[in-house]
Amino acid sequence: MPSLDEISVLSVYSAMAVYAIAFIAFSIDLAKRGAAAAKAADELRLAHDGDELPAAERERVGVLQAAATAKTAASAAGTGGTGAGEASGRASRWRSATADGASVAYGRSPALRVGVAMTVLAWLLHLTATLLRGFAAGRVPWANMYEFALTGTLIITTVFLVVLVVAKHDLRFLGTFVTGLVLVLLGVATVNFYVSVVPLPPALQSAWLVIHVFVATTSVGFFALSFALSVVQLMQSRRESLVASAKAVKKSFLATLPDSTTLENLAYRVTIVGFILWTFTLMAGSIWAEAAWGRYWGWDTKEVWTFIIWVVYAGYIHARATRGWRGSRSAWLAIIGFSTVLFNFTVVNLFFKGLHAYSGL
Amino acid sequence: MVSTSSSDRDGGVDPLRPADHVDSPEPPPGDGPGVAQPKLGFAGWLRFGWRQLTSMRTAILLLLLLAIAAVPGSLVPQRSSDPNGVTQYFTDHPDTAPVLDSFQMFDVYTSAWFSAVYLLLFVSLIGCIIPRTKHHFEAMRARPPRTPVRLGRLAGYTTRPLPDGVDAETAVAEATKLLKQGRYRVERYELRGEPSVSAERGYLRETGNLVFHTAMLGILVAVGVGGGFGFAGQRVIVEGQSFVNTLAAFDSFNPGRFFDPSSLAPYKLSLRELDAVYETQNQDALGQPIDFTAHVTITDQSGPAEDGQVKVNEPLRTHGTDVFLLGNGYAPHIVVRDPEGEIVFDDAVPFLPQDANLTSIGVVKVPDGLDEQLGMVGFFYPTQDVLGSGAYASTYPDLVLPVLTLNVYEGDLGIDSGTPTSVYTLDPSGMDQLTGGETGVDSIELKPGELTELPGGRGTVEFVDDSPDAPAAVPAGSAADRDYAQSVKRFASFDIHHDPTQIWVLVFAILILAGLLSSLFVPRRRMWVKVATRRDGSRVLEFAGLARGEDPGLEQAVSALADKLAGPAAESEPTHDTAKPTT
Repeated sequence: MPSLDEISVLSVYSAMAVYAIAFIAFSIDLAKRGAAAAKAADELRLAHDGDELPAAERERVGVLQAAATAKTAASAAGTGGTGAGEASGRASRWRSATADGASVAYGRSPALRVGVAMTVLAWLLHLTATLLRGFAAGRVPWANMYEFALTGTLIITTVFLVVLVVAKHDLRFLGTFVTGLVLVLLGVATVNFYVSVVPLPPALQSAWLVIHVFVATTSVGFFALSFALSVVQLMQSRRESLVASAKAVKKSFLATLPDSTTLENLAYRVTIVGFILWTFTLMAGSIWAEAAWGRYWGWDTKEVWTFIIWVVYAGYIHARATRGWRGSRSAWLAIIGFSTVLFNFTVVNLFFKGLHAYSGL
Repeated sequence: MVSTSSSDRDGGVDPLRPADHVDSPEPPPGDGPGVAQPKLGFAGWLRFGWRQLTSMRTAILLLLLLAIAAVPGSLVPQRSSDPNGVTQYFTDHPDTAPVLDSFQMFDVYTSAWFSAVYLLLFVSLIGCIIPRTKHHFEAMRARPPRTPVRLGRLAGYTTRPLPDGVDAETAVAEATKLLKQGRYRVERYELRGEPSVSAERGYLRETGNLVFHTAMLGILVAVGVGGGFGFAGQRVIVEGQSFVNTLAAFDSFNPGRFFDPSSLAPYKLSLRELDAVYETQNQDALGQPIDFTAHVTITDQSGPAEDGQVKVNEPLRTHGTDVFLLGNGYAPHIVVRDPEGEIVFDDAVPFLPQDANLTSIGVVKVPDGLDEQLGMVGFFYPTQDVLGSGAYASTYPDLVLPVLTLNVYEGDLGIDSGTPTSVYTLDPSGMDQLTGGETGVDSIELKPGELTELPGGRGTVEFVDDSPDAPAAVPAGSAADRDYAQSVKRFASFDIHHDPTQIWVLVFAILILAGLLSSLFVPRRRMWVKVATRRDGSRVLEFAGLARGEDPGLEQAVSALADKLAGPAAESEPTHDTAKPTT
């Protein structure tokens, strides 16, 4: 009869396998998005080439685009040669396909459905693994690095799935990132951080372990999503600026995704939830530190990095509200913010000396 | 920037925000700082500098700078949190340490440069919140803005036909009632015979923002004041001993700048017993600590003795101080007698733990009573085992096979000159080593209840067995193994703190959280309901909203209001331009 912890580990490996399937499915979906975008563009171009005269095309481009780019397109179209027409078509089809920020209608491919279904299945296995670990230990399953990773990745998936249900926009395209990140973190945790169940040291025997660490990991779940959205936002905004400057744009899945402003708004909303939870983490940690170590703040390495993360995201929120910083610059701050979160979780836990020495390694 | 007026043209009052806030009006082109004014006087430069300091851009840069400035404190040990680490760093890096020290790298969080960043940030913050608070107080008394002439271009614009038999006044009055229920502040307007109601809500957003930032300031002040008037002291107490809360009784004491020693409440803290529980079942965690509980008695002049306990996560709060259990260990009871058998030293000496199995190091100093001063450096192993190399080690933190080894030194202890020396270290320079090391004489090795001769007939040393029914001491090596669980006393290391403003820091922290929640999630929005007359003379209800700041739910709120007032929109209801009224 295997122990609860052994079943838990088995469940983790099963979850990882299913996450891997989900990851592949989501990746296939992204590839299909690229193809769908190209197809939509081709259809538009065909429509232009077949039905519309160069003059009509000129008019159309002129309506959609700034005068300067219209002139380029018009002169290219005006020369009438096949090669030139091709070039013009290629440039204009992308502009047309993405005119006034509209994205290519895409819907949900079978691969996407498989991806989401597999994510839900992996989440169930993951949840089972985490609960069993908790039962095996007879306490909350987040008292050492392996358990932080186990619970933290579970929360990342949970936040993702909840957002899929709640959000008005379809964020399933983030599946590749979410399942990929969770898979990597789970893999590293199981292979490198695994420790058998041991009792809690006196310093961790507190109700704050339940609250402080849980809220911190939940917050990380939101920050992870905000990171993913910000990365896509940057890619999208780069693509949009290329489209606007009428340069040839590669076929890309990005055409099927929301525009960069929508992505930014989504990222912002996810981040502020994470930020409030992080603020609470910091405060709950201080209250606990006062009881356990006799001071609420002592610039312990982990406290320092919690503070740094808080300040970076505070900077993000200010940047979001500042002319000249909204958009790509604030997105970079969200990315830096999540990097500091990962740094805090890995490097600070493993290599920095301090009072938060609970990795169990 | 503070100087920017952000009153709307149509009479509404927006929060006063720095000029580079996205919700502030765009500056006219070419009116960049310093561009429009070719020459700035002294006052002009001051104004310019102040505007720069209180701008959003500066706040972001200072925040990022603060984040970066905090990093070195996590890379290099800090005097405040890890003084031993700093000493070690100086030993390990004799070349770079003084250079780093000259940049205050070992005191990052009190350094001039770190302080400069956060003080600038707070000055910028004050420069922002004072005018904003003043402005907000006025805004809260101001009327909601006049209804715009054309609602069609505003967010969530929708129309509903005015139901038959309802006159314009009733419709507006009903809308007013609904908006009031939705916690809007309302104002009725009438323009060219078209009655309308203008409403605004979400003042709490700006209130929350101001509360958040003011509370940040509050924390800074509270921390500063608390540091000035509080104190933190440490004291090691062996089981059965006690401590009186007076300045002289502390082993170490860090008062704030304005701390008054006479304010210490004179109570007595006695350590009756220290319970230590270690894991005995789980093979993966044998010897891991499970629980430490210090059973103490508190006595003061006024009343009877009171029993209490201190645990790792459960400090004892008494007489305005907080008592924390931060460490524990063993205090072997050692008795030294001179050659005539007179006791010259008799004490339980706290030995400092060196590892998880409580291999501990301690020092015995015998300044008087013998021909020369005597010092002993001891190792204590609660459960002794012999490693392959022949060295001793402890393999379990509890008392199973306790062994004490002592190296004896003779000479000047260096304590007569008046310079303070640590009770936990012995400086062997100027002393002769009598046992262990290169002397060729074996170190003294004792179990509880054993005694042995000091080398050269200098007297005897005894490791007293403190068990309640311990037999008389026998010569070293002759004690039969028995239950040693009670044989060696434990000590507890207490931290005793007083921080008068701690509670204020908590209050401000809660305000920060509340302010943050309302400033991020309460939408500030305006809403208008108007009875408009169309070209053909028919009357329609028009609804529109305006977001003041982040407000993802605005359009939904407008249509919800319209639905509630006039029922859901008919599918065929035209909302495009031709349906617009003729205002």
